[in-house]
Amino acid sequence: MTQAADTVVRRQIVVEAPIDRAFAVFTERFGDFKPPEHNLLAAAIAETVFEPKVGGHIYDRGVDGSECRWARVLVYEPPNRVVFSWDISPQWQVESEPDNTSEVEVRFTAETPHRTRVELEHRHIDRHGPGWQAVRDGVAHDQGWPLYLDRYAALFDNGH
Amino acid sequence: MPTYQPADGWELLADPTRRAIVERLAQQPSAVGELARAFPISRPAVSQHLKILKEAGLITDRAAGNRRVYRLNPAGVAALRDQLETFWNRALEGYQDVVNDSTEENQ
Repeated sequence: MTQAADTVVRRQIVVEAPIDRAFAVFTERFGDFKPPEHNLLAAAIAETVFEPKVGGHIYDRGVDGSECRWARVLVYEPPNRVVFSWDISPQWQVESEPDNTSEVEVRFTAETPHRTRVELEHRHIDRHGPGWQAVRDGVAHDQGWPLYLDRYAALFDNGH
Repeated sequence: MPTYQPADGWELLADPTRRAIVERLAQQPSAVGELARAFPISRPAVSQHLKILKEAGLITDRAAGNRRVYRLNPAGVAALRDQLETFWNRALEGYQDVVNDSTEENQ
């Protein structure tokens, strides 16, 4: 059975920063690096708020004042670990049934006093159920994700 | 970008009954008889839908005693997984840039 691996996304990255700052940037400035096409609101996002406590939410606030709470903070252990739910269905709507949501764990490990390893695991993706049709619509069209992400990546090309 | 296939799978899911069957199988693996009771269609009709969905790779089946239990093919969630993988690749690259920038500001 290889299914388990198919329902998990693991990524890790090393940043040149102390663990405290690595954790703080991830939680306090989540909206600064979240891909901009990730928006369930009708309006543009004015800010993304990561409430730093268990039971808090990650939510987007639109320029028109509307809000979208798309994650629940499940574990908040600065500066080592944070876990939050992923309450977004494949149909790009907020999923209100917790059983149908996946979760994201982010672990921070100090490699040196000035370098931190950040390991991210997005797991239980299969809990979202079928959504292939919506996924196809969202990512496969020329004007969808591919083009948008290319433009996004280009913003970071200068100076790095 | 990953490619999403098979295109035939999308067309199959345009059928409301097949979509309903798939949604039910996503919640719980089921035998033909259970599906026939859950939907207002005959058992042979359910079997025909299951055959088409299985050929498209959207569901799988296995014997369980004297029954044949159908379930969602985990490969179906691969499309969602690919999408999230792309999302996190972008997010972590952006995160690294933000960390670097904020570290420079503090030096």
